[in-house]
Amino acid sequence: MNDTPLLSVDSLTTTFETDGGTLTAVDGIDFDVREGETLCIVGESGSGKTVATESVTRLVKSPPGQVEGTVRFRGRDITEMSESELREIRGNNIAHIFQNPQDALNHCYTIGWQIAEAIQIHEPDVSDEAARDRAVDLLDRVGIANATARFDDYPHEFSGGQRQRVMIAMALATNPDLLIADEPTTALDVTVQAQILRLLDELQDEYGMSILFVTHDLGVVANVADRIVVMYAGKVMERGGVYDLFERPAHPYTQALMECLPGKGQGDGGIPGSLPDPLNPPDGCRFAPRCDHAVDACRTGDQPEEIEIGDGHRVSCVYYQSGYDESTVADESLGTGTSTATGGVGDD
Amino acid sequence: MTDPDEPLVSVRDLKKHYPIKEGILSRQVGAAKAVDGVSFDIYPGETLGLVGESGCGKSTAGSSIIRLEDATGGEVLFNGGGRAGRTRNDDGTHPNDVTRFDERELKAFRRDAQMIFQDPSSSFDPRMTVGNSVAELLQVHGMTDRDRRRRIVQNLLERVGLSADDYDRYPHEFSGGQKQRIALARALVLNPDFIVADEPVSALDVSIKAEILSLINDLQEEFGLSLLFISHDMSVIREVCDRVAVMYLGEIVEIGKTEQIFSDPAHPYTEALLSAIPNPDPRSTHEGIELKGTVPSPSDPPSGCRFHTRCHRVIQSEEFDLDQSAWRSVLNLRDRAIAREIDVESVREFVAAETDTDPESVPPDAVKAEIRAEFDLPEQLSDPEAERVLSDALDRMVDDDVEAATETLMEVFTTPCEETKPELLDHGDGHQSSCLRNEPDVGAEAVATASDD
Repeated sequence: MNDTPLLSVDSLTTTFETDGGTLTAVDGIDFDVREGETLCIVGESGSGKTVATESVTRLVKSPPGQVEGTVRFRGRDITEMSESELREIRGNNIAHIFQNPQDALNHCYTIGWQIAEAIQIHEPDVSDEAARDRAVDLLDRVGIANATARFDDYPHEFSGGQRQRVMIAMALATNPDLLIADEPTTALDVTVQAQILRLLDELQDEYGMSILFVTHDLGVVANVADRIVVMYAGKVMERGGVYDLFERPAHPYTQALMECLPGKGQGDGGIPGSLPDPLNPPDGCRFAPRCDHAVDACRTGDQPEEIEIGDGHRVSCVYYQSGYDESTVADESLGTGTSTATGGVGDD
Repeated sequence: MTDPDEPLVSVRDLKKHYPIKEGILSRQVGAAKAVDGVSFDIYPGETLGLVGESGCGKSTAGSSIIRLEDATGGEVLFNGGGRAGRTRNDDGTHPNDVTRFDERELKAFRRDAQMIFQDPSSSFDPRMTVGNSVAELLQVHGMTDRDRRRRIVQNLLERVGLSADDYDRYPHEFSGGQKQRIALARALVLNPDFIVADEPVSALDVSIKAEILSLINDLQEEFGLSLLFISHDMSVIREVCDRVAVMYLGEIVEIGKTEQIFSDPAHPYTEALLSAIPNPDPRSTHEGIELKGTVPSPSDPPSGCRFHTRCHRVIQSEEFDLDQSAWRSVLNLRDRAIAREIDVESVREFVAAETDTDPESVPPDAVKAEIRAEFDLPEQLSDPEAERVLSDALDRMVDDDVEAATETLMEVFTTPCEETKPELLDHGDGHQSSCLRNEPDVGAEAVATASDD
């Protein structure tokens, strides 16, 4: 595997000016997406996961938004780019798909026209004829039956799942290196969700692209992720390979999320309390006000530094600093650190 | 008090058809059969789950039962609120039939049965304090004492996990989960016997979802409620429901105790729904059953078993003994041919583009191979007779005689599933399903073919 990550995000901070003051949606996070892998950003609504991915391609409207930090794509800093350079990256190298395909498609044009347009914008030399052929081919690839005939249909003539397939076709039009998928299956039925996840997996094998996948659904994460970043209130709580996170969740917040899964953990279910006020976040660890294990040290200073507890597995929790007993936050009910701890990880 | 053996709600052959009108005279040209003959009982203190994909009619069933919409046919007997023990009238109608309630009875019914919706944000008036929104129901139903209304509502807000001071706050001051708690308080304020909850947690985050589900469970015990819980999410259903009814295209295909449905699903559709739940175990390599396509249109449902067009266990006609997935592919090809959705010309163009040749000079074999690939058909079917018919049909297709090809396919490849409508069969202990494979006369043979997949 290539050592330079495809996408490298460093101390990314996104703020919004509001009437109530400055709202910090994403607060100095970093993450990398490697070639060919799927990185999942997991978090509840309001955790900043969507803003973080939109900041990557500078889709955040400014003002009121303000993005700081560096975003390197193959070593080039996106934040320093001119609007025209950015446009090129956005279409050719990085493509976005969103939660609601009906909002992202234009009702007034046929879907074939929209895909062909996407091709021609990025490759002006392509003839109408060739663009059409490629659009049909793409529709066929994403599993739209009878693509030639459906080319001339309008978005309303497609079901929700088919529209998401069309969006994926459009995103693939320029053969991107990175696909940013923001809750692409949340608005769909479980059966259709299964179809779309399978499709993304096949396309990733075929095109070898990297996927940055944003979701709150841990069931989906377990299916698609290679690595995971857990976000809470604009900060990264924990990160690591998919097996580490699911089998040895280290941060109390990750553990609490896992316990929300039906059939896992016991107790009342849910995480008591709600996300902190983004205009006025608490001192110390953002999760401390809702954490069962919080001590005074959790409520002062900054979010704790991330500490490496395994290969690429890092956690931002004071209990893993020296002088604390990390077994305090070990969660037996999740069966952490048992027989599954050895083997398998990273060798696939 | 009600007799625990008598159901609180009895739904019998409930139908809700929406007319499809056309032309300037708005003549009815058909009907979308959203709910088409649904029957079930809900017992006191029980939660019945109603599950299915979008468009299966589960929400329409819920709103017809609570009479937010008028049913087209069937009856809904509601025995709560002191109506228990009433017997049928001489003309065969029932005095407890919600679909026949007059204004006065309906108002009383509105007190005893409540509904909770998916989106808590759109179900509150943004200009009214949440306390007043909840207390309004008490006022409408005749409680004139303002202070007493306030006391009742404040008490209830505390019981759903909010504070009494929240009475004077406005909806925008609450998060989605809190709004759903207020919606619960509003549903409970008139002390109903029965609540229809339509996707009450689908719009909520995982952490909040779990909280609201456990609150619903607690309140149900405390208030002795019966619930009809509508959801597309099998994992949520498993958490809260005592029994589950699985709906497909306006009909119930399987009903039974939650454990039975999850551990031993009898209908292939239930099986597919269960297998679509994302498994939160990254090591699971279980591929699952992939349901292709979406629910067909309810205005023209498939004949026989409505699920046969997507079923992975669709029964083979007696002559053949094919691999089950190949059989499914053959039927897919046939159905698409019948729908005139196979465009040989575009397949030819596609092959031409792939191989960089002229469409004219694409060999017929390449076109046939591409069609087989598109439908996941093997290069050769294991049954020689089936293979002969299939390749004959493909030959005709490539010769642009789609008509004849379709006819051949239709004549030879048939399934009992499209001819016979399966009955709901009892598997004991209230577990019923409607699948031909479970019927005694077809059963033996069908099980034999099903077991080798």
